[in-house]
Amino acid sequence: MYRQTEILQDATQVSPLNGGGDLEGAGDLIINVGPQHPSTHGVLHLVITLNGETIKKVEPHLGYIHRSIEKMCESLTFRQFIYVTSKMDYLSSHINNHGCCLCVEKGLQIEVPERAQVIRVLMDELTRLASHQLWWGALGMDVGALTPFFHAFRERELINDIFEETCGTRLTMNYMVPGGVMADLHPNFQRRVHEFIKQFKLKIDEYDELLTDNIIFKNRMQGVGVLSAADAVSYGCTGPVARGSNVVCDIRKLYPYEVYNKLQFDEVIETGGDCYARYMVRMKEMRQSLSIIEQLIDQVPEGEFQAKTKAVLKLPKGEYYSRVETARGEFGVYIVSEGGTTPYRIKFRSPGFSNLSALDHMARGGKIGDLIAIMGSLDLVIPDIDR
Amino acid sequence: MFLVNYIKEVFGAIKSLATGMRRTGYYFTHHKEIITQQYPDNRDTLQLPERFRGEVVMIHDENNEHACTGCTACELACPNATIKIVTKFDVDEETGKKKKAIDTFVYHLELCTFCNLCIEACPTGAIKMDQTFEHSVFDRSKLTKKLNHDGSKIRAGVE
Ligand code: SF4
Ligand code: SF4
Repeated sequence: MYRQTEILQDATQVSPLNGGGDLEGAGDLIINVGPQHPSTHGVLHLVITLNGETIKKVEPHLGYIHRSIEKMCESLTFRQFIYVTSKMDYLSSHINNHGCCLCVEKGLQIEVPERAQVIRVLMDELTRLASHQLWWGALGMDVGALTPFFHAFRERELINDIFEETCGTRLTMNYMVPGGVMADLHPNFQRRVHEFIKQFKLKIDEYDELLTDNIIFKNRMQGVGVLSAADAVSYGCTGPVARGSNVVCDIRKLYPYEVYNKLQFDEVIETGGDCYARYMVRMKEMRQSLSIIEQLIDQVPEGEFQAKTKAVLKLPKGEYYSRVETARGEFGVYIVSEGGTTPYRIKFRSPGFSNLSALDHMARGGKIGDLIAIMGSLDLVIPDIDR
Repeated sequence: MFLVNYIKEVFGAIKSLATGMRRTGYYFTHHKEIITQQYPDNRDTLQLPERFRGEVVMIHDENNEHACTGCTACELACPNATIKIVTKFDVDEETGKKKKAIDTFVYHLELCTFCNLCIEACPTGAIKMDQTFEHSVFDRSKLTKKLNHDGSKIRAGVE
């Protein structure tokens, strides 16, 4: 026999859906979304308190994919711990690795050759494009359009092929090493990136036709999940989520690393603060990334792709912090070293965790159908939130 | 005013739907742009790049000789304890001196994350990544492999 809980009985008796009671009198209904719900893109568990269809509270529960990466890193050497970070935000694995490399290089005061810097930036921007493409497809699927998913994956596949050729793998590359990159660019790299740019420039307009200007999509996104600039700052949101709320926070502009200060690109800012603004930020960011890649692809300087480093890296005693802009926001690496071959303590500041914390604030008072749209617009990657 | 806005909205909606449907129509008539592949059927044409990280293998030449000195640099570089090197002492026939050599190069494919750090660490280039990719087996123990071939020995001149 199906055992009815008290809460369920309470709700069925007075729910306005079956003609009983008005909204005020309705009892709270608590439902679990996830941890295996398709629209949470991973093992995120949300406990939602509902009154009718109106959300009263959203409580994210974490811990389903906790791997204790920070603790694990304490037993790995400064060369080894970098690969683990690709398993956090697997969609920006290059950029995560980049942040860790920057931190180690800071400690060892390694000068990264110009060629390696350009390769790193190229890889970062390709990763950002691939990540945004996947987000675009998944967001379309969240709000009920299946076509974008296939379109997004078609272009993402081209980027993955480029990665596969140069780095050897498609998702968790471990291509950046302290001092540069692991291997030189593949001879085909430039040609294939040019092919990709040519195709993607045509297709991104198609993206706009399919989703950006679509009336159904607009109605579902505009005015939904509004986050004010002050709230975005107080929740610690970064990346497209904060920039959609008119907060200037692009690390590439504010604290430029590698060759970003020599490049021409705009920080995309939208003022709306709703899901559509966040959507527009990412769409425009894709075009900015494209232009960064175009500026660099024919200008890769000759030279070494890796600085000479010792076989065993020992960071001098001290504390080091570095930050990079991933596809989701600011990623920070904080290393405490006691002078040994392994970090004494490591802390990662992942963008997803702070962005998720604003979910409750955004969803409160909205409808349950909007929750999925809000989650889609936050671009959550669960292993990044729950390390 | 309300009515004008309402009618505007209706026409706007129809226009945006037509734009979307035009895309659909385009792909309906352009089959060439569809890029899906049938997985098991594309094996003959599938070309994996030479850097593809499939699994770690040891390079043997035609005389069944490899370049591994048993220095365990790869074992130390591996973050997951995927590699275990068992060494033995060979006695040189001419001089009678003892020399360190590998007995078994154990590789746990089930633990490997394909990070390439072992390959980077090897001073003699004795191991490389292979392009195999279908690794599923019915028994987990089959994933533990011995990389040096039976009866193989170290190539002369490799230190
Ligand atoms: S590829 Fe990485 S995980 Fe696999 S054996 Fe080599 S070092 Fe270990
Ligand atoms: S494979 Fe290379 S690194 Fe590993 S033990 Fe042999 S020689 Fe040393």
